[in-house]
Amino acid sequence: MSRQSNRTTDSKKMNAELFTLTYGALVTQLCKDYENDEEVNKQLDKMGYNIGVRLIEDFLARSSVGRCQDFRETADVIAKVAFKMYLGITPSVTNWSPAGDEFSLIMESNPLVDFVELPDNHSSLVYSNLLCGVLRGALEMVQMAVDVKFSQDTLRGDNVTEIRMKFIKRIEENLPAGDE
Amino acid sequence: MTVHNLYIFDRNGSCLHYGEWNRKKQAGISKEEVRQEAQLIQLKDGFLTFQTSKYKLHYYETATGIKIIMNTDLGVPNAKDILHQIYSTLYVEYIVKNPLCVLGEQLSSDLFSTRLDLYIRALPFFSPRAA
Repeated sequence: MSRQSNRTTDSKKMNAELFTLTYGALVTQLCKDYENDEEVNKQLDKMGYNIGVRLIEDFLARSSVGRCQDFRETADVIAKVAFKMYLGITPSVTNWSPAGDEFSLIMESNPLVDFVELPDNHSSLVYSNLLCGVLRGALEMVQMAVDVKFSQDTLRGDNVTEIRMKFIKRIEENLPAGDE
Repeated sequence: MTVHNLYIFDRNGSCLHYGEWNRKKQAGISKEEVRQEAQLIQLKDGFLTFQTSKYKLHYYETATGIKIIMNTDLGVPNAKDILHQIYSTLYVEYIVKNPLCVLGEQLSSDLFSTRLDLYIRALPFFSPRAA
């Protein structure tokens, strides 16, 4: 097991500013291409989804986390392991619904928006919407259909940034034909 | 000791990769049929290995449903770490991180095949003479 834990520590570190600025350039370009904020949100979510379905494999290979038993464990792994590994932050997990199928990730800071000020004419743009797609895509690959959206955002004057996650259903595995 | 062959399946049970090294007994059918034959292998979650009088089958499954199956002879010890290494240093590095490799289709990356072959050949128990 020691070999696996070594791998997590020697993961390549990247300059966070380069990442943040590249993301900013992407959003700027999408805003030019689409003009309509809703469409930009949709494109960011779609790109995030495509990243998420691949990122999950990298995550599982590096973290040696197995299958989660319940949604609470999933929440902990996302906040404490995955966000830490890829964004260098640890959001807090709060606001559980009584049924245990909904929770919030609260971020004091969001590395994607470090240098951002939203102009007034982009009031419906969800700047960091890529993250929603990433979470959705990654969880779908581990058989969880989840609804992910921003419910608070410091860019829009809220005190914190909040991502709301709602468990929809467990995706059944397609077994090969011939299985009873 | 030796390694006979190795299968990689995706979550839907389609065969992504098949590699063969020291397989003495050939099924009397074509490679394509071998892929279909392989799809019949049904294993439950958490299953690690089984053996017959002639060979041992090692099984590793990730939470995303990628399944790696390696057949060896009986002298090979628990190969879980090795299968995890194949997943994390070969499959993830050369397939998942290559945007041109479509996930869920048969793997066509030569780089991956070459690296996998080198990795398997370098295993301490690869050579039949070491038995």
